[in-house]
Amino acid sequence: MQTPKRANDYLLHIEDLYKSYGNKLILDNIDLSVTSGELCTVVGPSGCGKSTLLRIILGQEAQDRGHIHIDGKPADFPDTRRGIVYQRYSLFPNLTVLDNTLLGFNLRHNWWQRRRQRKQFEQQALHYLSRVRLEEHAGKYPHELSGGMQQRAAIAQALIMRPRILLMDEPFGALDPQTREDMQLFLLELWEQEKMTIFFVTHDLEEAAYLGTRIFVLSRFYSDERGHDEQQRGAKIVADHHLPQVASASDIKKQPAFIELLESIRRAGFDPDVLQHAREFNLQHPDAFQTLTDSETGIDKI
Amino acid sequence: MRKPPLLLGLHARPGKYLKWLLAAVPFILVAVIYVTAAHIRHAENPRDKLLPTPTALSQSVHKLAFSANKRTGEYMLWSDTAASLKRLFSGIILAAIAGLLLGLNLGLFPGFNAVFYSFLTFFSMIPPLAILPILFIVVGIDEAAKITLIFIGVFPLIARDTYLAVKSLPQEQVTKAITLGASQLDVVYRVILPQIMPRLINSVRLSLGAAWLFLIAAEAIAAADGLGYRIFLVRRYLAMDIILPYVLWITLLGFCFDWLLRQLNNRLFRWYQA
Ligand SMILES: Nc1ncnc2c1ncn2[C@@H]1O[C@H](COP(=O)(O)OP(=O)(O)OP(=O)(O)O)[C@@H](O)[C@H]1O
Ligand SMILES: [Mg+2]
Repeated sequence: MQTPKRANDYLLHIEDLYKSYGNKLILDNIDLSVTSGELCTVVGPSGCGKSTLLRIILGQEAQDRGHIHIDGKPADFPDTRRGIVYQRYSLFPNLTVLDNTLLGFNLRHNWWQRRRQRKQFEQQALHYLSRVRLEEHAGKYPHELSGGMQQRAAIAQALIMRPRILLMDEPFGALDPQTREDMQLFLLELWEQEKMTIFFVTHDLEEAAYLGTRIFVLSRFYSDERGHDEQQRGAKIVADHHLPQVASASDIKKQPAFIELLESIRRAGFDPDVLQHAREFNLQHPDAFQTLTDSETGIDKI
Repeated sequence: MRKPPLLLGLHARPGKYLKWLLAAVPFILVAVIYVTAAHIRHAENPRDKLLPTPTALSQSVHKLAFSANKRTGEYMLWSDTAASLKRLFSGIILAAIAGLLLGLNLGLFPGFNAVFYSFLTFFSMIPPLAILPILFIVVGIDEAAKITLIFIGVFPLIARDTYLAVKSLPQEQVTKAITLGASQLDVVYRVILPQIMPRLINSVRLSLGAAWLFLIAAEAIAAADGLGYRIFLVRRYLAMDIILPYVLWITLLGFCFDWLLRQLNNRLFRWYQA
């Protein structure tokens, strides 16, 4: 068993995280740590608890047990260190695109400061809007935009406040394949320019492998020494890889190495018939660690 | 594509002018029935008071609205209207403000909700007219009692509707606002409140009917002027030539307020129409 790493060394550090709904365990002893600047993607079968994990990191929901630290400081209720882009509901329907982008500034400054610095804030907002190619739509309301445009506006709205870590929950889930690909390229571009840390949840394996510098596979399909009671066992991180940096090459998706990578992840996380043992998860990333309990490893039975 | 039918069926698409015309039909029909009935009754008994003829009505309206009272110099209809509207607006504006604040806080703060939610539900079940005597005893029979009655009648509805509106907003919005730097008060008053405003205006529109009801009831029982007061005063003389114009006038006022509020909503909250 690896020794747990120190929370202070990481941007995001999660240890021994448990969460259940009713008597159904969803997240089961999750450990992970992320260094600054990484684009982490989280994949897993539908319903395995990806959104739950993200909501807990965000602070929108409370874990049953376990610790979350951001920059070494405990993270509980939501705050400005964590930005969020949801699949929906990220924009405020009563504000124009420009006002949505400006909202962070407006909320953080008092009336007097807003008056004095309005021009400056607006310039910056428009700059971000042009980055997401929405400057012509600055005066529109969210319902006047297409789904892809709304997501781009939501990304600008979150980015402009420069959160320590940007959480995204299937931000491109509702988009058509073409727009989706556009948005993926766009996100990579932004990430490279802004040196952001991103935690990106998706159920699309290809998207996860293509975007990420690091991939977490969250799944209930594994085995350990706790017997076969499915109710008592929740999703764990069954694989944690470093991914080759491929940013601009979109034909990567057809290369054999990439396809093989997808296949191995599919076996590890998505195939209910392939049950890896918890001791044998593929946790190759240098920052990966695992704190199995005695009952999981079976030590207590020896 | 086939031409859509003018009037009948799910696919009907009546044109703009036809719509106006059609909307007028029920009104014209009622007017015609009334005039016919009045004529029949007057043919039998020229002194009939129950259904005054259109001429009698227009004379009465002229007297009520356009000729000053010789003694006081007041125009009866207008002074009654002014007195009533003052009460109506005071009551409903107070109820709207209080209902908005209560609904917002109930919807957003679980602690506040825990204390006041059941009480509000309980309070809203009090039939306001049943406590009118208590109001007269406690606050006296002057303006305050009437305004309080309207307030009590309308405020729970607005509070509960605001509460439901707040509840229907996704929790994600609150979280999102906080990650953008909102304080708790910011969330309530700068993020959620602006989104509730159009809904508030709509619930005021819906409660206008109830507000009129309570206003007229209060005026009927204890007042010295006002639209309701007048109607119940002349009832004794069976003065249908006054009652009917007053009722029509009240209806027209209500209709206009509703229309004005709807326009206000359309103008101010373009995003809400989607
Ligand atoms: N508020 C809740 N109350 C009860 N059960 C819940 C709640 N939220 C989620 N769950 C359950 O938790 C499990 C994980 O849900 P979650 O939304 O995290 O899945 P997911 O991995 O994001 O799935 P998807 O890829 O479909 O979005 C599901 O089985 C779901 O039924
Ligand atoms: Mg999800």
